[in-house]
Amino acid sequence: PNQTGRNRSHTVGKLTEKQYVGFATLPNQVHRKSVKKGFDFTLMVAGESGMGKSTLVNSLFLTDLYKDRKLLNAEERINQTVEIIKHTVDIEEKGVKLKLTIVDTPGFGDAVNNNECWKPITDYIDQQFEQYFRDESGLNRKNIQDNRVHCCLYFIPPFGHGLRPVDVEFMKALHEKVNIIPLIAKADCLTPNEIKKLKDRIREEIDKFGIKVYQFPECDSDEDEEFKQLDKELKECTPFAVIGSNTVVEARGQRVRGRLYPWGIVEVENQSHCDFVKLRNMLIRSHMHDLKDVTCDVHYENYRAQCIQEMTSKLAQDNRMESPIPILPLSTPDVDTEKLIKMKDEELKRMQEMLNKMQQQMHDKEQ
Amino acid sequence: MAATDVDVFSNEEKRNLSLGGHVGFDSLPEQLVSKSVTQGFCFNILCVGETGIGKSTLMNTLFNTMFENEEASHYQNGVYLRPRTYDLQESNVRLKLTIVDTVGFGDQINKEDSYKPIVDYIDTQFENYLQEELKIKRSLFNYHDTRIHICLYFIAPTGHSLKSLDLVTMKKLDSKVNIIPIIAKADTISKSELHKFKIKIMSELVSNGVQIYQFPTDDETVSEINASMNAHLPFAVVGSVEEVKVGNKAVRARQYPWGVVQVENESHCDFVKLREMLIRVNMEDLREQTHARHYELYRRCKLEEMGFKDTDPDSEPFSLQETYEAKRKEFLGDLQRKEEEMRQMFVNKVKETEAELKDKERELHEKFEQLKRMHQEEKKKVEDKRGYLEEEMNAFNKRKAAAETLSLSQPVKKDKDKKKHKVQLDC
Repeated sequence: PNQTGRNRSHTVGKLTEKQYVGFATLPNQVHRKSVKKGFDFTLMVAGESGMGKSTLVNSLFLTDLYKDRKLLNAEERINQTVEIIKHTVDIEEKGVKLKLTIVDTPGFGDAVNNNECWKPITDYIDQQFEQYFRDESGLNRKNIQDNRVHCCLYFIPPFGHGLRPVDVEFMKALHEKVNIIPLIAKADCLTPNEIKKLKDRIREEIDKFGIKVYQFPECDSDEDEEFKQLDKELKECTPFAVIGSNTVVEARGQRVRGRLYPWGIVEVENQSHCDFVKLRNMLIRSHMHDLKDVTCDVHYENYRAQCIQEMTSKLAQDNRMESPIPILPLSTPDVDTEKLIKMKDEELKRMQEMLNKMQQQMHDKEQ
Repeated sequence: MAATDVDVFSNEEKRNLSLGGHVGFDSLPEQLVSKSVTQGFCFNILCVGETGIGKSTLMNTLFNTMFENEEASHYQNGVYLRPRTYDLQESNVRLKLTIVDTVGFGDQINKEDSYKPIVDYIDTQFENYLQEELKIKRSLFNYHDTRIHICLYFIAPTGHSLKSLDLVTMKKLDSKVNIIPIIAKADTISKSELHKFKIKIMSELVSNGVQIYQFPTDDETVSEINASMNAHLPFAVVGSVEEVKVGNKAVRARQYPWGVVQVENESHCDFVKLREMLIRVNMEDLREQTHARHYELYRRCKLEEMGFKDTDPDSEPFSLQETYEAKRKEFLGDLQRKEEEMRQMFVNKVKETEAELKDKERELHEKFEQLKRMHQEEKKKVEDKRGYLEEEMNAFNKRKAAAETLSLSQPVKKDKDKKKHKVQLDC
């Protein structure tokens, strides 16, 4: 019997064929709509010149984004400032359309004096947040363009003993604005032992300096063992040691992307050579959407909350009542808290009165 | 004491004589060699490159020894130089090898001053040698020469071009030391990329006027090999102290999943070329160039700074003696002047202080006088008052006495009189 006023869900057994409602098709509907709508993804790459960023991007998306680009000389780079360059391409695979934007940061770390060289980058990310914030709060929200940066691949040079001061400063400036995935660049310069040592070192230093890099979400407890094992391996493998290539070579009877050396051939997609495949799978095949979600739910929300706080404090100072953006007033405290506050107020009043009385008494006594 | 002029008769023509038999002075080179072998040789290498680029490993590989080295940290506040001296011996030749490491190079966020400690170190070694040379009692044959004979500049294998820091640093160093640029960790660059990279680097060096060391081509015995090596600069090297079995030999190599990079395989890297050029062929030339070119340039600049010239305003050659005397006079004159100044300053100061003291004394005196006067005035006032009071007392006593006598002698005086008297008394 149904009792009104009670929130209790009735567990119904699995619907049989006769009782088929049909909402099991929801995933398919979502799939269909998303294919029609298309996806977008913004990826930022950052690191010193010569770390293989462009080559890696080409290898990841199996295309050539950087035809005819001009590289600066050492002399021109002495006082170089950081630029932000966007490349947007539309790519399609099995009917699924992806609008991919790659944000390049040429000049980062290349000058002799690199003080605050990450500022143009943080400014760019904030600008995109601000633009989205305005669009979201606007009246006509039909065609909002999401230019927020969903992921930043940071290339760490393999030549050193771990993170350098510029690496630490950059990641600390960005870790609360964007998902950072640190990579060990040009990993074909390290033997397997050296790679392991360097990864351990970098993980240690990331902990030590309190850098918040992108964390893979925990997999659900009802996933199968194989998936869990893969997930565990993936997490223990960070930071990924990657190699990229713009050329196709012949190896073991096949044509693969690789690098040809006199002593052997490095295959980009060979898992025993580098972590490129892991990166690609993670970035594109399994976690692309999660990266977008974290950007929207965490980094953007942080930015938005901060923005609003600043605005309201400014408004209070200026004594203005209207705000340019529709926001709800600060939430009213719930009933319990109000009661508490009232009680405390009364107590305070009573104590004040007692104090006054005592003072009066003393005064009288003196006289 | 100037030497007196001696008449010299000289025959200006030089004549070639033919010898009648074997005299034996063809052993001179051997004598020189055996002397230098007994003396021992000394060689100083400066390694400039970012932390972790492979400087220590390359030194170990070049000299086939394990020099002690701890891994450097990336978080040094600045660049500092760490020289270490080792005594090596090969057959009967002794080598005193000093390796100077640049710790912390390339790690700071602001690298504008990174080149300074390096330049300072090189200059200091030159200065020390110059001081020894200028001594009265000197022992140059015994002197441990710490001047840098070669600077190996380690370029990171980015594959694009030099880094801005590399360009700036090499420009500051090229007039002070022999520079050989090398591409470090070269097993990350493929052959075609390497070719382009080398060309780019050399063209950047040339277009910015950086002078690197050229292997000498004036001696026919080595000119050919040196000329061909000049074309291979910068050398792309790989270092390793670990041995890997290749075929049936154990060679120094790096083992990767995709193959083995052999350090001494000339088709893998230029390590053999570097060793050949640096150690086996041109070591002595490097020492010579350091002394004859770089050190002489330093010495000339330094002496010019100190005021020495080779010719006086009339273009007559100065003798060092005259110059010394002139300098000495100047110096003593300077000293005297300074002494005078100091003395004057001292005298002035004393005068000032004296004047101050006098003023203070005068002030105190005045105050004292003033106080004294005040005191006296007060005293006078008090005395006056006292006198006044005494008078009053006397007057009062008199009147009292008078009143008593009156009341005694005329006890029944009429009230009128009393009243009168009273009135009088009351006035």
